[in-house]
Amino acid sequence: MHSVTRAEVEDFLFNEADLLDQWRLPEWLTLFTDDAKYEVPCTDLPADASSDSNLFYIADDRARLGERVKRLMKRTAHAEFPHSKTSRMVGNVRIKSRTDDELEVSAVFQTLRTKDGTTDLYFGTNNYRLTGNGDGFRIREKRCLLASEGLRPSGRISIVL
Amino acid sequence: MNTETQPALLVDPAQRIFKVARRNFVDPEILEAEKERIFDRSWLYLGHSSELPKPGDYITRIVAGRSILFTRDSKGQLRALLNTCPHRGAQVCRERKGNAKSFQCFYHGWVFGADGKLRSQPGEESYPEGFKSRDTSNMQAVPRFESYRDFNFVAFDRNIVPLVDYLAGAREYLDVICDQTEAGMSIVAGSQEYSIRANWKLLTENSIDGYHALTTHATYFDILMSSTDNLAGGTGGGFGYDLGNGHAVLEYVAPWGRPVAQWIPGWGEAGKTEISRIYGNLVARHGKERADRIALKNRNLFIFPNLVVNDIMALTVRTYFPAAPDYMVINAWALAPNDETGWARKYRLNNFLEFLGPGGFASPDDAEALEHCQRGFKNSKEAMWNDISKGMGKDKPSHNDELQMRAFWTQWNKQMFPSPVSSIKGVAA
Repeated sequence: MHSVTRAEVEDFLFNEADLLDQWRLPEWLTLFTDDAKYEVPCTDLPADASSDSNLFYIADDRARLGERVKRLMKRTAHAEFPHSKTSRMVGNVRIKSRTDDELEVSAVFQTLRTKDGTTDLYFGTNNYRLTGNGDGFRIREKRCLLASEGLRPSGRISIVL
Repeated sequence: MNTETQPALLVDPAQRIFKVARRNFVDPEILEAEKERIFDRSWLYLGHSSELPKPGDYITRIVAGRSILFTRDSKGQLRALLNTCPHRGAQVCRERKGNAKSFQCFYHGWVFGADGKLRSQPGEESYPEGFKSRDTSNMQAVPRFESYRDFNFVAFDRNIVPLVDYLAGAREYLDVICDQTEAGMSIVAGSQEYSIRANWKLLTENSIDGYHALTTHATYFDILMSSTDNLAGGTGGGFGYDLGNGHAVLEYVAPWGRPVAQWIPGWGEAGKTEISRIYGNLVARHGKERADRIALKNRNLFIFPNLVVNDIMALTVRTYFPAAPDYMVINAWALAPNDETGWARKYRLNNFLEFLGPGGFASPDDAEALEHCQRGFKNSKEAMWNDISKGMGKDKPSHNDELQMRAFWTQWNKQMFPSPVSSIKGVAA
């Protein structure tokens, strides 16, 4: 991963955001490795807290992430039926460290979600561990650190951040 | 607000009618009256003793609109102080939590101990001798502060009954929950702080509603079916109970795994060994009957007016306050036995997040339901009534009947509209 450029990482993250905005969630899921984690800690926890011993908002392994996608594509996922509309802005992309097979990347995000006449803003930093498998990057870990104090007034994380 | 022509409730036991005026969820005058007659006259949950393990630990928290400084003083005693400087009113502590030997108000520099006592103030020579020893120079304690099994409550009514009496039948259920372990319970680090754009009483109803699960939480049960194979606890039977003073509970069996202590196939052989060990300890301590109740029954416990302790696939403590008729703020925590192994803690939290909280597979759908009720109430001038009569007249209402809600509303009505204004009787359907 030593020759990867920031522009390549940005293209990958912009594409990820676009898949989510378009609700192409099964396709988005293929971006993750089989041992992947997707986590959103509570906002009063340190950034490196472990979900094994601390209460998070979301702590998905790959299996549960698959369930999350399956659920969100059903009309019985009431919180997201009809689907909300979202717009994700990704910026300040930085490669923080690299090894032979892994990049640590951070990017800030601002995600707007609108449904039933109400628009909410989610904002913070996404920290990624990315690996490559020949045909592009795969996400081994995505940790979403909300910069807000709790989830007010957005109230819930029924979309993927 | 509550007249003969516009009652808050419509109750007729003979005809099995129990209706709640939708106006109760939308009228700003109702909310103002609730602040005074419900929140200022009830015991309100502040926090758990385990959140302040060491002397000097503190948390600031909003309870019924008040800013509270919850501390453990240098002698180890818990204190609930009104977070306002006795001098000119500024909030003394501006941090959410931490550990401190003293608190300094930044406005004029007065310094207080964790017991609220004034220690020093700049320009002391301009105050009379003995000023510091006056009670009025100290941060004021909340009018009443009492605990039951590490659950700490405050009350703003000096004359309220003692907490243990107030808890009535809920006390025994708190005992069942706390008796999961001899080692005491702790709040797990990490607070879920969120909101719902709906009236606070909708969350009271929802938290003790066994009727909505299969439709509102269809996707959760889809996932559960695939992880439990044979639905360990069956599809669920149980009962609802009125515990007095507005408190209520439903107690029932359910198919999900319980870290104390109902094993599911998804937890594998390692889990089976661990769960058997926990169950064995319960039997040794409490005998089989009580052990089975602790281990295999689920409890959604509601303590009037705004505390929920759910002992279900995990243990959650949840409290909530209205900020407007159509907006509430919620704080929720995970509670767990202190002597739990790393395995059990991990699976507990895993279970918690699968169902509960703003990112879970179930609670967001509850929030959606509550918000759609609030939207539906925009029709409340014409479509005036909610019906919560399910199971009325039964000797023993089921956990998926609506006795629990009737217990809440009956107490709510009693505090909001004491006789002779009460509309609870004598209004025809």
